Amino acid sequence: MSAETRNYTLKVWRQSGSSAKGEIKTYEMKNVSVGASFLEMFDQLNEQLLANGEDPVAFDHDCREGICGMCSMYINGRPHGPDTGITTCQLHMRTFPDGETIYVEPWRAKPFPVIKDLTVDRGAFDRIIQAGGYVSVNTGNAQDANEILIPKAIADEAMDAAACIGCGACVAACKNASAMLFVSAKVSQLAVLPQGKSESSRRAQNMLAQMDSEGFGACTNTGACSSECPKEISLTHIARLNREYLRNRFTLNDVEEFQPIKKPDYLDFGV
Amino acid sequence: MKLDSKIPAGPLAEKWTKHKFGIKLVNPANKRKYDIIVVGTGLAGGAAAASFAELGYNVKAFCFQDSPRRAHSIAAQGGINAAKNYPNDGDSIYRLFYDTIKGGDYRAREGNVHRLAEVSNNIIDQCAAQGVPFAREYGGTLANRSFGGALVSRTFYARGQTGQQLLLGAYSALSRQISKGKVKMYTRTEMLDVVMVDGKAQGIVTRNLITGKIESHSAHAVVLGTGGYSNVFYLSTNAMASNATAAWRAHRKGALFANPCYTQIHPTCIPAHGTHQSKLTLMSESLRNDGRVWVPRKPGDTRKPNDIPENERYYYLEEKYPTFGNLVPRDVASRNAKYVCDDGLGVGVTKRAVYLDFRDAIKRDSKRVVAERYGNLFDMYYRITDDDPYEVPMMIYPAPHYTMGGLWVDYNLMTNIPGLYAIGEANFSDHGANRLGASALMQGLADGYFVIPYTIGDYLTGTSYDIPSTDHPEFKKAENECKARLQKLIESKGTRTPDEIHIELGKVMMDKCGMSRNAEGLDYARKKIQELQHEFKTNLKVVGGTEELNVTLEKANRLADFLELAELMVVDARDREESCGGHFREEHQTDEGEARRDDENYTYAAAWEYNHKGADPILHKEDLIFENVKLTQRSYK
Amino acid sequence: MSWLSTTLTSSIGRKIVMALTGLFLCTFLIVHLVGNFQLLAGDGGVKFNLYAKFMTTFPLVKALSYGLYAGFALHIIQGLMLIQSNKAARGANNYAYSKPEANSSWTSRSMGLLGMIILLFFVGHMAQFWGQMHFGTMPMVTIDGIEHKDLFKLVSEAFKQPLFVGLYVLSMVALGFHLWHGFQSAFQTLGLNHQKYSPFVEKAGYGFAVVVPIGYAIIPIIMFLS
Repeated sequence: MSAETRNYTLKVWRQSGSSAKGEIKTYEMKNVSVGASFLEMFDQLNEQLLANGEDPVAFDHDCREGICGMCSMYINGRPHGPDTGITTCQLHMRTFPDGETIYVEPWRAKPFPVIKDLTVDRGAFDRIIQAGGYVSVNTGNAQDANEILIPKAIADEAMDAAACIGCGACVAACKNASAMLFVSAKVSQLAVLPQGKSESSRRAQNMLAQMDSEGFGACTNTGACSSECPKEISLTHIARLNREYLRNRFTLNDVEEFQPIKKPDYLDFGV
Repeated sequence: MKLDSKIPAGPLAEKWTKHKFGIKLVNPANKRKYDIIVVGTGLAGGAAAASFAELGYNVKAFCFQDSPRRAHSIAAQGGINAAKNYPNDGDSIYRLFYDTIKGGDYRAREGNVHRLAEVSNNIIDQCAAQGVPFAREYGGTLANRSFGGALVSRTFYARGQTGQQLLLGAYSALSRQISKGKVKMYTRTEMLDVVMVDGKAQGIVTRNLITGKIESHSAHAVVLGTGGYSNVFYLSTNAMASNATAAWRAHRKGALFANPCYTQIHPTCIPAHGTHQSKLTLMSESLRNDGRVWVPRKPGDTRKPNDIPENERYYYLEEKYPTFGNLVPRDVASRNAKYVCDDGLGVGVTKRAVYLDFRDAIKRDSKRVVAERYGNLFDMYYRITDDDPYEVPMMIYPAPHYTMGGLWVDYNLMTNIPGLYAIGEANFSDHGANRLGASALMQGLADGYFVIPYTIGDYLTGTSYDIPSTDHPEFKKAENECKARLQKLIESKGTRTPDEIHIELGKVMMDKCGMSRNAEGLDYARKKIQELQHEFKTNLKVVGGTEELNVTLEKANRLADFLELAELMVVDARDREESCGGHFREEHQTDEGEARRDDENYTYAAAWEYNHKGADPILHKEDLIFENVKLTQRSYK
Repeated sequence: MSWLSTTLTSSIGRKIVMALTGLFLCTFLIVHLVGNFQLLAGDGGVKFNLYAKFMTTFPLVKALSYGLYAGFALHIIQGLMLIQSNKAARGANNYAYSKPEANSSWTSRSMGLLGMIILLFFVGHMAQFWGQMHFGTMPMVTIDGIEHKDLFKLVSEAFKQPLFVGLYVLSMVALGFHLWHGFQSAFQTLGLNHQKYSPFVEKAGYGFAVVVPIGYAIIPIIMFLS
């Protein structure tokens, strides 16, 4: 750990509200510790802005250890910045050479409208899960956990998919702003586990219908999502989603269509 | 005020079963006539909201994050305990109960803890059924590991992301109920106050964090699952926005706050790198199995660690505790790190760190073996610090990460305010003065899935279906108070930012009311906190308006409550003239430097009442009655 | 909408249409290439013209050709619609600074662009040869006493113009890139992903993407040079 500091030029997207027009603003940052995380550098910027009586930059963040999925910055042309397998909060300033100009923008996707500055509304992800990302089991009905035997390989595969933190980097990275990696991670986790199998037929099509209705794009298998995923979730889950979807759409003895979930009025903040 | 814990009489193992039977049931057709507000959607709140909705109640759930999936329960790494005894190593409900009571240094209720141990098994079943991908053996059965010094393997885990997987399980159950319309989920909405009508909790006032709009919500009961208050220390392992406002506002409305001084400080965290540090990251304490903790013997030694010869290294844990060495319990390890740093032996930029050295383990077992055991932790450390632990010693320092204290609740998890409940880390009930590893997830889910869904019925059956509308004068009054409070903050045009004051508060708390406390330090801390409260009132700087997304305003509002809570923590720590669990009073230690309890005078939970007259808070004691376990003093020499 | 149209217009459904038509067109590429190689028979175009006649008159082939037109149409229309809707999904503001090359290959991101190039080529190609063959006035040649349309003459004259050959080769390069991503992508879209077989599909795709366009491109080059 070193006390070395560096200076940077920041180009940050500022947008006062969802309907306001945004623009890139330039800030000079002096004496940033190389050991600081990217978000700590933003804390420093905000303290600086506050000291000058200016509005601090709004950005989402919470756990700062790479698991809550809240942080969401598009840094120098890539979600969560230049390193792979990490979130913005795990990115450190030593990654950026002294004097570098750093662009910071919000996730850009129609279903992720900007709320303010770098903060976007990711409610669409919640609604996709609500469309079927669960096993329908009530509290208290479960049999003994060891009565469902799950081979280690299957449990590991489910865990690989379940590692998704719902940050939205996949959407941000995808040139089509597709949410397929996110949808497939949940579909895949529950499709390989016996607990989730009985509902897997409906799950895939309902979650996909919700994704489509939110306005995400279609997958063109560029692999950008998986490359930028902080949890390095594999494209094989998308293949499984495709498979589940195809099979169920053509074999399920039911033609009733899922009605996409609407954003509730009480969450309509004008974004 | 007489505190009635409502622990049922009778043999320990039958208390919960008997109590459940005695609870009045709500007719299924009538459940839809009851509304319940759940604040916080982590393990406890999320599980409770989903379970209430399944039962048929109408639920309104609130979280300040953008989604319930982000609650800080998600960050728990290690695992969750349950008394399944799958490995056949002699575990049982009673043993889990006993370990938890003992681990809590005999400052928790027997009845609550036994119930926790009982339902621990149901939690594993429930979560497995939800599709939580627990680690498995090759044969397909669940894998277990031993954790936090337990002598049995009772910890279930999902890689290093157990908290995440359990939370996502609760989140999925909650999502299912949202899609059914049984739960209205208010995200990015922060609770500002509890509303009381005729002495009962009937609703809350919230602020929409995007629009700034102040709103009221009424219900038959209010459940707080709002987490702990470690962020009073500013630097902690908690998430940035974790705060005590909901609990503190309830406290100001009359809910008692119990054992605020019981905080847990985890010994193996990555130390602060400088003044702009925003939070601390925890690393599994399993590292101490092979790492040796030391500091240079010479104060202010600036040599690189590998250049310091063996005889100039002070392996203080091994020297002081020859039997347990580096494996002393969390609080002992943390406290001793503080002592050596106080003596000027600390290392690193801030001089508040000690070495955790794997050189000898690598020499003994090879790098490969060490990598197998700790590879992911070493990688994490390397990523954050840019130091390779295979080559140079890690630096560690303790960090606050859990608060055992919280709102006082009875056996039904209801506070002393009728209709107001507290669950999970927000209450004080199950961990006593110290929490064992892998028990936080257990308690959160126990409360949310298996306790409160039953116990709330006991209260609801006795209430009328009608609830006051949010136009009721009490709601309007509370709304106006909140608006005035925020208005006052926004008009603060001083020079100090909320973070600056918070950092200062954190320093005082960590220094004087952290790992080690004494009367003089606590008296100083109280004075200092009062100064900071004054500074906050007179010299705070906030920009922007109230009716917009305003992060500074949010911070200031939370800090106001932390400043008051901090004072209560100090008062409680000062009042408890004994050492127990996470509360170490230097005046009360054995000749060996061990914590000395005073069971004669302090076997009680200290439940504090807010004093609106500005004078000292009022102490109410709930005596802890031990019918099953014998109180013993621990020793790690 | 019926369940079928809902399926085929969902994001996965549309991709499945692209994948199936794409793979179908791949088989066409092979058949067409086999035919093209008749140009190099060195018999003054006899074999080629006979082949052309067969392809345009044999009833089964004629019937199949309507399937082929449909395949082209679907692939093209669906492709254009996907480009449009995928672009719209980004929203009103695009990134001021983006570095997609860090996370994905250029070919995978440029399927639309490459498809457009191939489409332009396709339109020209159809007008010049297919349209002429079906609807235009063709030079005639007599083979074994029967009069045939002399497509060989049309082609070999075209392949004498350097600009034409250049454009043709360039289009084949675009086709190669298109197939480089498209072939394996089609399998992924159809959910045909397997640890054991996917590496094989990938390699086969790369092989196909190199061999087939080279096969096409080499013919005009040889004819131009000879």
